[in-house]
Amino acid sequence: MPPFRIGLLKRKSDTKETKPKVSDSSQEESDDEKLISGQLDADGDDTDSEHEEEEASDHEQDEVLFDDSADSTLGEDEHVADASEESSDLEDSEEDDDDDEGTSKEEESGDESEKSSVDSGAESGPVHTQSGASDSETDKKSKKDKRQKVKVKKDRGQKTESSIDRLADTIKKTSVTQLKPVGQKDEYESGDTSDEEDRRNTVGDVPMWWYNEYPHVGYDLDGRRIIKPPQRDQIDEFLKKCEDPEFWRTVRDPSTGQDVILSKKDLKLIHRLREGHVPDPTHDEYQPWVEWFTREVLQTPLRAFPEHKRSFLPSRSEQKQVARIVHALKMGWTKTRKQLADERRKKREKNFYNLWGSTTEEEEQRLRGIHKHIPAPRRALPSHAESYNPPPEYLLDSKELKEWNKLSETPWKRKYTFLPTQYASLRQVPAYERFTRERFLRCLDLYLAPRAIKMRLTISPEDLVPKLPSPRDLQPFPTSESLVMRGHVGLVRSVDFDPAGQYVVSGGDDCTLRVWESSTGRCLRTVRLAESVSRVAWIPTAGLSLVAAAAGARLLLLNPGADVGAHRVAQRTDDLLEEPPPKHDVQVDERTSSAVEWQRVTPEEWARGVRLAISHFKPVTHVAWHARGDYLCATLREGASRAVVVHQVSRRRSQLPFSRAKGLVQCALFHPTRPLLFVATQRVVRVYDLVKQELVRKLLTGAQWISHMAVHPAGDNLLVASYDRKCIWFDLELSSKPYQTLRLHGGAVRAVAFHRRYPLFASAGDDDNIIVSHGMVYNDLLQNPLLVPLKQLRAGGRAEELCVLDVRWHPTQPWLLAAGADSTLRLYT
Amino acid sequence: MVSKKKKKYSSGEGAQFMTRKAALKKLQLSLKDFRRICILKGIYPREPRNRKRAQKGVGGIKTLYHTKDIKFLLHEPIIWKLRELKVYQQKIRRARAMREYRSMKKYLRDYPEINIDHIVKERYPTFVDALRDLDDCLTLCFLFSTFPSLKKVPRDQSMLCRRLTVEFMHAVIAAKALRKVFVSVKGYYYQVEFEGQTITWIVPHHFSFQPQNKDEVDFKIMSTFVEFYTMMLGFVNFKLYHSLNLVYPPKLTSAFSADTDKDLIDEHAYVSERIAAMNLSLARLEGANDAEELPEMDIFNTEDDDPQKLEEAKQEAEKVKKLKTMFKGLKFFINREVPREPLVFIIRCFGGEVSWDRDHFVGATFDETDESIAYQIVDRPTMDKQYISRYYVQPQWVFDSVNARSLLPINKYLMGAVLPPHLSPFVDKTKDQVYIPPEERALNDPNFKPLNDDQSGSDIEEASDEDKEDEDEPNSEDSDAEEALAKQYQQEVEEDSTSDEDEDNADPEKKKIAKEKKKAMAVTTGVPHKEHPYQKEIEDKQAFRLREKLVRKKHRNLYKSMKAGQEQRKKEIWLLRKKRRLHDEKVKENKKNEKRKQKAQSLEASV
Repeated sequence: MPPFRIGLLKRKSDTKETKPKVSDSSQEESDDEKLISGQLDADGDDTDSEHEEEEASDHEQDEVLFDDSADSTLGEDEHVADASEESSDLEDSEEDDDDDEGTSKEEESGDESEKSSVDSGAESGPVHTQSGASDSETDKKSKKDKRQKVKVKKDRGQKTESSIDRLADTIKKTSVTQLKPVGQKDEYESGDTSDEEDRRNTVGDVPMWWYNEYPHVGYDLDGRRIIKPPQRDQIDEFLKKCEDPEFWRTVRDPSTGQDVILSKKDLKLIHRLREGHVPDPTHDEYQPWVEWFTREVLQTPLRAFPEHKRSFLPSRSEQKQVARIVHALKMGWTKTRKQLADERRKKREKNFYNLWGSTTEEEEQRLRGIHKHIPAPRRALPSHAESYNPPPEYLLDSKELKEWNKLSETPWKRKYTFLPTQYASLRQVPAYERFTRERFLRCLDLYLAPRAIKMRLTISPEDLVPKLPSPRDLQPFPTSESLVMRGHVGLVRSVDFDPAGQYVVSGGDDCTLRVWESSTGRCLRTVRLAESVSRVAWIPTAGLSLVAAAAGARLLLLNPGADVGAHRVAQRTDDLLEEPPPKHDVQVDERTSSAVEWQRVTPEEWARGVRLAISHFKPVTHVAWHARGDYLCATLREGASRAVVVHQVSRRRSQLPFSRAKGLVQCALFHPTRPLLFVATQRVVRVYDLVKQELVRKLLTGAQWISHMAVHPAGDNLLVASYDRKCIWFDLELSSKPYQTLRLHGGAVRAVAFHRRYPLFASAGDDDNIIVSHGMVYNDLLQNPLLVPLKQLRAGGRAEELCVLDVRWHPTQPWLLAAGADSTLRLYT
Repeated sequence: MVSKKKKKYSSGEGAQFMTRKAALKKLQLSLKDFRRICILKGIYPREPRNRKRAQKGVGGIKTLYHTKDIKFLLHEPIIWKLRELKVYQQKIRRARAMREYRSMKKYLRDYPEINIDHIVKERYPTFVDALRDLDDCLTLCFLFSTFPSLKKVPRDQSMLCRRLTVEFMHAVIAAKALRKVFVSVKGYYYQVEFEGQTITWIVPHHFSFQPQNKDEVDFKIMSTFVEFYTMMLGFVNFKLYHSLNLVYPPKLTSAFSADTDKDLIDEHAYVSERIAAMNLSLARLEGANDAEELPEMDIFNTEDDDPQKLEEAKQEAEKVKKLKTMFKGLKFFINREVPREPLVFIIRCFGGEVSWDRDHFVGATFDETDESIAYQIVDRPTMDKQYISRYYVQPQWVFDSVNARSLLPINKYLMGAVLPPHLSPFVDKTKDQVYIPPEERALNDPNFKPLNDDQSGSDIEEASDEDKEDEDEPNSEDSDAEEALAKQYQQEVEEDSTSDEDEDNADPEKKKIAKEKKKAMAVTTGVPHKEHPYQKEIEDKQAFRLREKLVRKKHRNLYKSMKAGQEQRKKEIWLLRKKRRLHDEKVKENKKNEKRKQKAQSLEASV
């Protein structure tokens, strides 16, 4: 008997054997209704389906067994792939199925189930014949096709089948476990299936693709090969697909390699599974729920057997455990959870003690702190404005409120950090919105703001003002305007007193030179000149009556006239100047003669009072007499190296003291006693020794542009005025740097003057004030000069941004004369 | 041999300072940990004298720490704790990531705490040092005690703050140390004096907690501060209780013990508990008798014994003594609309007894019906049932009385009255150029009569005179007072002249004739030379103005700024005065109108 025959027989016997089981199950099915009464079979309804499957598998096997065609590479490959895809548990489940089959193998008893096997035989019949005539090559193609088709089917079928099996198994198991106590049926009634195995294929749990290259798929119990059913190629498959009406429900069993045709029931099951229903169609999902186990105490026990004794006795081992724990607790070896939590809490709780109790001074010293600690400044304490009910003046009025709102973008510019508000009563006061923010900012300040010690000034601003004697103690000085001399038409450029102080000479832009009486302010004489007068200077010696006036490029020496001063003096002056000195001793070089020319005075001019005239090559800006009255120093504008010219009146001779220009010369002065010449250039004052013909000193003023200067009558101090509003006092004994720089004026300072007898000096310029100051120079060389500004005198009006152009002191009285830009002369006494 | 050139910035200011980045590197800490340790240790950046040199020639502005400070931090044991903590946090993070919630919970439960006792001692070697620095501590603790549980603020921290602040208030009550109180829009300011140190703190008004913008407030930083401050306040409390012979910790109501898990259902319950706690008196140590009475102040012959100063000090001491027992024996009843906390605290501080409505809040000691109640504090316009035996006053009376150090007359503070302004007691009166409102002046000087006290309309002239005076006052300080003086003088002179003229103003013709006569030749009666009354002052002023110009160049800017400050203050004072004057005038006008109306009405009625 060929092996497949045997297999077939076996199959048949299986089915025969299983049939009664089916009937059993059907019986149980009927019993199913009795479930309520507590008799539930271990095998649920699911068993049915299982058996059905077995039937189906029988057919399949039959089919496949006879299909012993040669294997095609095409099909093989696919099979390999399939096998590898299959998971092991799938195979397990199949084997389980086999086991079930095996259980009934021994009782080989024919039954009515023959019919189904016959059916299968009929089905497989044609297949068998086909495969039987496998020798003919023509059939081969079609066979191949068929096989392929079957294979495809099988692939699908396998999966569903295996999943169904699994499902069925699990359902069975669960149902068994659930129902066991109720059923009280002998579980082993049907016999323990696990050890009685009917393994047709004994290869075990190995991948089936190992047998791909072999004609067999494994070995049966007798060790004989199980021959693979004939493999079909794609053409066979196709043919089968075309011919076989059952093709759509044919699947292949991988363990046997046989085709299995699914029955109607299987299909139904598959359908149900796909739909997601319980596989058993008889299962009622909505059957009434019976609570077998409830908390209600039943009259009779659910279970028939009584409770065991041990369920009434305390557990010995537990008792031991508890005793151990209790003992440990008693002994303090362990702690309860609550105690532990308490302990933890206690540990976490801060306990404070007397931190500053025990330390001594030394220890405090020893404690290292922060290096040079700077404590953070305290917050400012609140003012009245912060009150909830502030005085009304602190509330913002509409104008302030507008400003407040305007600064909403830049709140730090506001007057207060909060809006002062008045509340009628305490209960209406709301919480302050920015409170947390302010505290946070304070925190930031404390740890982020750099700290430094800043010395706070406890002085009042008055302490910074130098302590000086009161002006009242330094009298006399001019305090008020007493005379105004009007007569000039344009600016009055310059004024001067005569040596006795009786007369005043003035010259201005209206090309006149006027002589006034200082006590009354009467104009005694007016001399009309050709050009505007830039400078006038009365000869300092009393013996002559002579006024030097710079008119344009000419320097005129005038005799103010017979009615001015002593007649005799005027006469003598005229006599002196009438005839020129003998010329032979005068030797003039080319440089000088081209710059200066002593002119002969015309009779007309003589009649007007001009006694001598010196014409220069540039306009004269400044004229200064030597103290003896013989020499005259003129400063020329843009004269370069020839800007300073020294004239000697007695010999009618001129000298150019400098051969080279050292800057823009502003003015030049003689030292009152010594043969020194002060020359002020734009920024520097140079002191020259006229005898030695050398530079003695260079005084650095620090000013931008010097306008004027004056020498103290004692000769040791020099006062320099500058256009940048400064008066600079030089103590020549002290240093070549300024002793003091006075910024008393609001505008350019144009004139300064020392009093000849009193320790007074005055300065005036473009602002409206003439400032009279006390300038005491001590004979003691160790004591520095004392400078005290005394009085601000109001000057006349302004004209063309100018106010006072010249100031001059009375030679004997503390009177001050100022030449104003408003064409007046003002005398302050 | 050429000596090795010294490296730049290896000595001097360049070596003294360290940027924050360098400090982090040196300490091997993250910025977060560094911040924390700086806060705890009280390390702060410093402002160098020469920034360029201190930054080793690098431009810009960097946060500079003193090198010695950083070295000081280097030896701090906490640094190691912080590093360990970092590891611990990593563990927690890992457990969370691995979803090992049980171990995470355990880690969180056993989170190690850093002990900072030694830092308190280190930062404040003596108790007085700690007291001196208590201002910020108290303010922050009081603020935190109002906080709910926040993400960055642990719950037990705010609980601890509550406990400590209440303990501190009790210490103040026991020591009768409160000196000044002030109700501002921000909160209640209290000033106490312990061991000669004044401590001022602010308690916010109710509902002070508002959720804050993340950019505006970082609660983590504040929480770190509070971590230190609670420690410090705890030790200060202990020391205070110790010195007051009180038991520490005091037995307060259950709301303050940390282990209560019921944890305050609502904030109100807590507040009322706190107030109730304040009404309790604390347990004293056994055997400690109340040696509260300070001995009489002895007079020591000091070097600079200025009798006036001594006298002043004596008076001050007397006043403080009076203040301490100001409310002694007085019973106060607080109506329910009044914010109780400050009032209970203040009244208890000065020896009064307080109670409130038993039905509404816990801790009341006596009922409203008690006939011995001296004052009932109300904050409503009227009340239905009033007792004759007591005064009904508004809460401001209590605050103002404390600041005045005596029981003020209650007539201005009666129920429904418009309250007088509440003034700050913290304004420094010793400074010059401080505006003193008329109310304060009235308080200090009993002779001073404020303007709005004038009742009758006939006083208007008087008032205007006063106004003038008021106006003059700033002027007298003014720099251009001199002009005003000159003006005044001129006016006077003019008046004189006009009076002269008045005589012969009768007939213009006559005048002419007289003039002619005069011109011809006449002897006029001599007019006595009138001395300019302000001449001297004007001259002085002028001289000073000149002298001002001689301020040394070095000081000129300083002088100018000082002057400008003075000017500004003057202007502010002037503005306040002006506003006050306008306000008073307005009030007066209103009063007048009302009176007129009343009169008219009464007339109509009579007709």
